[in-house]
Amino acid sequence: MNEKLTQPAADAATQQAPWRFDHYFVPLVIFLGLVASLIEAARSPDPRMVAQAWIFGACMAFTGAWYMWMYAGRQPLDEKRQYAEAVIKAGVGASMFWGIAGMLVGVIIALQLSFPHLFYFADQPWTNFGRMRPLHTSAVIFAFGGNVLIATSFYVVQRTCRARLFGGSLPWLVFWGYNIFIVLAGTGYLLGVTESREYAEPEWYADIWLTIVWVCYLVTFLGTLIRRKEPHIYVANWFYLAFIVTIAVLHVVNNLSMPVSLLETKSYSLFSGVQDALTQWWYGHNAVGFFLTAGFLGIMYYFIPKRAERPVYSYRLSIVHFWSLIFIYIWAGPHHLLYTALPDWAQTLGMTFSIILWMPSWGGMINGLMTLSGAWDKLRTDPVLRMMVVSVAFYGMSTFEGPVMSIKTVNALSHYTNWTIGHVHSGALGWVGYVSFGALYCLVPWLWKKKLYSNALVEWHFWISTLGIVLYITSMWVAGIMQGLMWRAYNEFGFLEYAFSEVVLAMHPYYIIRALGGILYLAGTLIMAFNLWKTIRSGVPVTASAPIALVAEAAE
Amino acid sequence: MSHAWLERNSAFLLIGIILVIAIGGIVEIAPLFWVAGTVEKVTGLRPYTPLELEGRNIYVREGCYVCHSQQIRTLRDEVERYGHYSLAAESMYDHPFQWGSERTGPDLARVGGKYSDQWHQSHMADPRSVVPESIMPPYKFLFATALDYRDIKKMLLTNKEVGVPYTPEQIDHAKEDLEAQADPNADGLDAMQKRYPKAQARDFDGNPSQITEGDALIAYLQMLGTLVDFKTYQARAPENRR
Repeated sequence: MNEKLTQPAADAATQQAPWRFDHYFVPLVIFLGLVASLIEAARSPDPRMVAQAWIFGACMAFTGAWYMWMYAGRQPLDEKRQYAEAVIKAGVGASMFWGIAGMLVGVIIALQLSFPHLFYFADQPWTNFGRMRPLHTSAVIFAFGGNVLIATSFYVVQRTCRARLFGGSLPWLVFWGYNIFIVLAGTGYLLGVTESREYAEPEWYADIWLTIVWVCYLVTFLGTLIRRKEPHIYVANWFYLAFIVTIAVLHVVNNLSMPVSLLETKSYSLFSGVQDALTQWWYGHNAVGFFLTAGFLGIMYYFIPKRAERPVYSYRLSIVHFWSLIFIYIWAGPHHLLYTALPDWAQTLGMTFSIILWMPSWGGMINGLMTLSGAWDKLRTDPVLRMMVVSVAFYGMSTFEGPVMSIKTVNALSHYTNWTIGHVHSGALGWVGYVSFGALYCLVPWLWKKKLYSNALVEWHFWISTLGIVLYITSMWVAGIMQGLMWRAYNEFGFLEYAFSEVVLAMHPYYIIRALGGILYLAGTLIMAFNLWKTIRSGVPVTASAPIALVAEAAE
Repeated sequence: MSHAWLERNSAFLLIGIILVIAIGGIVEIAPLFWVAGTVEKVTGLRPYTPLELEGRNIYVREGCYVCHSQQIRTLRDEVERYGHYSLAAESMYDHPFQWGSERTGPDLARVGGKYSDQWHQSHMADPRSVVPESIMPPYKFLFATALDYRDIKKMLLTNKEVGVPYTPEQIDHAKEDLEAQADPNADGLDAMQKRYPKAQARDFDGNPSQITEGDALIAYLQMLGTLVDFKTYQARAPENRR
């Protein structure tokens, strides 16, 4: 966190600015985006495409104007510093915004399932569950989680490489481009534009845009790694790199589709039926494995050692669990398709690897938890560290639950039920949510150089949201197992005991408890947003320099 | 072997990651495209009629797959509740597949013919008027919205490009076939049913004045799971054991 200007940068500001590719590339991308959106808006016969084109065009115009304001004829102050921080600050703000928005939508759709007569509006198709549910999942996973990952990876890669972000203004294109993708996707869902591929719903044009943005992200990250001043690449960066590369591969393959016309939103996927199903769940499970696991393990490997002021527990375990995790995760997709029309050999392979996956997952958990060795007392005094440690505990719990649920006999009961929803949320709320919150509680004081406004509010956040998680996952466990048992229950005459509608009715109390859990979790997030806002606006400045980045000791 | 050469060189690390993540996907997914018997040989299956395809587009658009699966597993209670377990062949023309992952509502793989058109009309307009326990959203607007089928020919063509065996004749007559299926008195009815065997044709939404999105969606639902002739399908035949 060096405030002083680096010498070459200071010189450049006063002399003739050198030629930089990003000063041409970024405006070119924005300009082409604007042209494409104007063509679509003018020529498309599809009203949904016209709406999407105007939204995208407005975003491009805004970003273009912003870019001119930032870069035309001057060098932003941020570029004169040792590390790029403004784009990370923006990422922190976007994370908070999308976190609240996504969780709010989650609460709304939970209430829809609890009180359908109150929360559905017959004249407003866009408010229906079918359109709002992808909005919720995309907003929390990709908008909240994605912004956290981009912001933290930019922070971590600079500190652990002792190098400034590569690409000048290219990271800004990543930030704006990614968030524009979110806006395009989210408004698309509400308009009824979807490929119906879970967690990959955006249509072909949004997919193409994301591909461009993601390649820029890879270039920024890899470029920073290449210009590092440390001989070794720190373990957090292995995970970030695996996340970025694998998501690129998954995204491109899973979204192969043929648009009906270049002027329309609708497309048909290249694959069909059973092949399409396995491609989608190869993607879907590895969106969990690489977006929601590998990326957030990158956060764990930097922020927990840093906060606990202890080195990572085991270098050897880092290596073993990194390579085994990324190798094995890829195989686990078929456990989403047990007892279906997928051939048996693929089902068995998927189940087997899912069970094996337990080991590398717990390798990561052990490495994270044991980093606290000798610093466990900090859990009493530092609620931020406690939040991150509890997140690793939730990671351990849901990565044990996952392999159990992928065993065929268990899956026969659990699949299609609310147990799956509970499982997902113990990972999402407990692991992804808490490790993100921990990272944000660290980042805001570090970036703005202020003392955190209130530790007491962190305590409130922690306990309220923990109560929320407990209500959420326990209600979904009970509901899911009950649902599975009721569907397969036989009466004394050998007939199915329950009609489907009776099972729906039995879910009612659990849906209400779940909604309550979600409300508590959202309340915790709002407390956090308030706390971080107050920190930025009126926190006490920190004058002492922040601790220097931990760099892994290479044991060769 | 030292790990240092990987963690000291970002290109090696990048290549290492790509190699390691490529293996599982290739081993599991690629064989599905060429191993014989991945998709069963069945009789009776045909591509969707233009009206059914439009209905399917609406099914996708409204996110029905979020709550309804279309995949009956090989378990006793599922087969008794929903019918014969789903075959891979039954979704071979589905771009994309609609197997789903949740049963907030019941499975729809074989919902075709289980309820009357009128039941579907009332149920979709106001789900709780026919199933008081239901938590499904209302879809009344489908019956007030005229179906936009200007692009139906292009829709069939695109499906053909990704592998659905639509004939040139089917593509040429897409618009007439769509209109014929929604009108029991249409002239082109026989020709349509010749092109699409077992296609049901009637005024699905109970409103003869226009073809609505409700027509298309009900036509799709009433066809689901009815095409394969299970009298000739032999589950235990060696070629069907997978």
